[in-house]
Amino acid sequence: MKLKLYVGASSPPKTTQMKTGDWGTEWAFIDEEKCNGCGRCVSFCPEPAIILVEKNDKKLAVVDHDYCKGCWICYIVCPQEAIRMETKEIYKV
Amino acid sequence: MKKVVRGFYAIADAVRLSRPDVIAAYPITPQTEIVENLAAMYANGELGDAVYITAESEFSAASIILGASAVGARAFTATCAQGLILMSEVLFNAAGMRLPIVLVVANRSLSAPLSIWNDYQDSIALRDAGIIQLYVENNQEAHDMIPTAFKIAEDKRVLLPFMVCVDGYKLTHAYESVDLLDQETVDKFLGPRKAVVKLDFDKPVAMGCYASPDTYMEFRVAMEFAMERAKKVMLDIFNEWYEMIGRNWGGHIVAEKCEDADVAVVAMGSTVALIREVVKQMRKEGKKVGVVKVRTYRPFPSEEIRDALRDVDKVIVIDRALSIGAELPLAADVKSALFGLSPEFHSVVTGLGGRDIPRELIIKIIDDVLEGKVKPGKRFEGVKEFEEVIPYTEEVIS
Amino acid sequence: MSLFGPGHGACPGCGIPIVVRTALEALDGRVIAVNSTGCLEIISSQYGRNAWGVSYIHSLFENAAAVAAGIEAALRAMKREKDGHIVVFAGDGATYDIGFGVLSGVMDRNHNIIYICYNNEAYQNTGNQQSMATPPGAATTTTPVGKLQPGKVGRRKDMISIAVAHGCPYVASASIAYPADLKRKIKRAAEFEGTKYIDVFSPCVTGWGIDGKLTVEVARLAVETGLYPLVEFENGQLVRVRKIKQRKPVEEYLKLQRRFRHLFYHPKGKEIIELLQRIADENAKKYGLDA
Repeated sequence: MKLKLYVGASSPPKTTQMKTGDWGTEWAFIDEEKCNGCGRCVSFCPEPAIILVEKNDKKLAVVDHDYCKGCWICYIVCPQEAIRMETKEIYKV
Repeated sequence: MKKVVRGFYAIADAVRLSRPDVIAAYPITPQTEIVENLAAMYANGELGDAVYITAESEFSAASIILGASAVGARAFTATCAQGLILMSEVLFNAAGMRLPIVLVVANRSLSAPLSIWNDYQDSIALRDAGIIQLYVENNQEAHDMIPTAFKIAEDKRVLLPFMVCVDGYKLTHAYESVDLLDQETVDKFLGPRKAVVKLDFDKPVAMGCYASPDTYMEFRVAMEFAMERAKKVMLDIFNEWYEMIGRNWGGHIVAEKCEDADVAVVAMGSTVALIREVVKQMRKEGKKVGVVKVRTYRPFPSEEIRDALRDVDKVIVIDRALSIGAELPLAADVKSALFGLSPEFHSVVTGLGGRDIPRELIIKIIDDVLEGKVKPGKRFEGVKEFEEVIPYTEEVIS
Repeated sequence: MSLFGPGHGACPGCGIPIVVRTALEALDGRVIAVNSTGCLEIISSQYGRNAWGVSYIHSLFENAAAVAAGIEAALRAMKREKDGHIVVFAGDGATYDIGFGVLSGVMDRNHNIIYICYNNEAYQNTGNQQSMATPPGAATTTTPVGKLQPGKVGRRKDMISIAVAHGCPYVASASIAYPADLKRKIKRAAEFEGTKYIDVFSPCVTGWGIDGKLTVEVARLAVETGLYPLVEFENGQLVRVRKIKQRKPVEEYLKLQRRFRHLFYHPKGKEIIELLQRIADENAKKYGLDA
């Protein structure tokens, strides 16, 4: 199959397939009880790997582990302390 | 409409007729008057909606037209010598990004030592960049070829920058009778640019991505293929244009009287006009000489040159640039085009830094070869005898 | 389609994607992004791995401003300049050093672009070499710590004053520790005509030697010690600063970063800490930072 070469090294948008979720040793997990949907983690997440969803009439933040690099920024900025960082299964001793 | 004008006016007028969208200007002798004339036209509202940017360096001027071209606009700048070398990084970049920017290079020699006079060292130094190079013989050809530069560069089979090379001072400042084109003809031929890849707010595209080792080579080879395709595209567009304007400047080369020639002279630019006169005179005297004018330097017309010089025993290439430490640039390309044919090959360099090439010198060069007075190889003509000396100690370097 | 990422190659905890996302969201994605060579370009625009959801162009290291100027000129010529914004994302190396002359020319001609410099205080993409944005005392690979030299000896460039001196209509400094403030500044910049300059402080986990989780803390301390004041100029007048309730001593900011750790034991370290404290004090006086 021929390699598709967009002329002049141009590119259509968002062609990235890099699932960076496998980069870190930890993932962020959000406690649904404590989260009040303020969105600070969404503003700060560099990827972004966190989105706000509606669940049972409540705004909640959800982490996408396909992309979470485990950088701990969301853990630091959450005012409700609703985020915990857990070591991934494959790294647990 | 025929008018006696200076070269830079004919060039500026042709640019105006091609309806550029963005012109970036930076002064450098001897092309300054080209951008000055465009500025005067812009100030009088004669350039339509075009935007004229006074850049703070040639590097910025080239970057500005690169950005303009990336959005789908038609962009132009003029430069030469030091300015061309300063913008060389951007020109390589634009060629790699396949942006059809058009430049007029008012060929001037390179520093050091500083010289504002004419030779081809500046554009020849960029022969590896992937930019199409066309060398013109007189101001009428310069005026005629600028609309074709835009059309060829913007053709989606090509998409490469285009350099129209005009002898600095010898052509840019010379008064000639030029039949100036009219807007209607140029509009019919050229039309607005239809960009294929362009930055857009609604249809996002990324340009200038970086390529890892597993894709970079293919991008550069694609440029080679584009140059190959350009050979045919140029001939088609040339012919289409010649029919519209009623003047035929030839294809990639113009070979005259070479079929039965004993000696053929190959050259580019305004020197060719003088060589052609000498050849005509020598033919009257019974000497069998021919001349080949190389118009397109990149993509190099190897097949056409091989065809023209197939039966010629002695070839002289008069080059006006050096590739210091190696064979002269034009001579090297001609020699590889003739590989296997092995004529007696003379690479002659003369006329550097604007030094005059008088008729007698051309006659001497051809006669020397006709009469077998010189050995084949690389030589310098019109050079004074000198010795290199160190100041104060007056020690001679040998 | 999100405007930028996820799936880009930034180091975990890098501040640059925060800058980019905030900027693109502030302008509703109607943006052509012009990027110079550097960290941002490398992480997001490899051929086949484009993380951008908006139009994007990368040309060379030093000409992002001029390419943006060309785009702006072309849109004006084609009568499409109202369709969206042109934003330059360039690192401090590309802005303060190699692209300085080009940027100056663009500011002189007052092209209608927003120039955002993500300032991680060195050439981080090539492995932490000093730039004119590197503060005195910082250890970089070209100003390393040795027996004679305690990191960088020399000043850093005051790009804010230079931009104001060029007559830029809007000049501001921002920080990734305050993304809402950054968003407000970008929106405010978009209301002006001309070249707007925003310098954004963005810590580099790899180059500065900090833990990913400390990115926001370090950025906040830079502001709260007075070393990186958050200021806003409109038409040459200082209109807003972020006041500091209780200014912290610079040691609290320096001790968190590996690039400043030598200052606490090197023989020349103490005078550099005093120099940095003096710089912070002068900033506080110049901009009226103390509440």
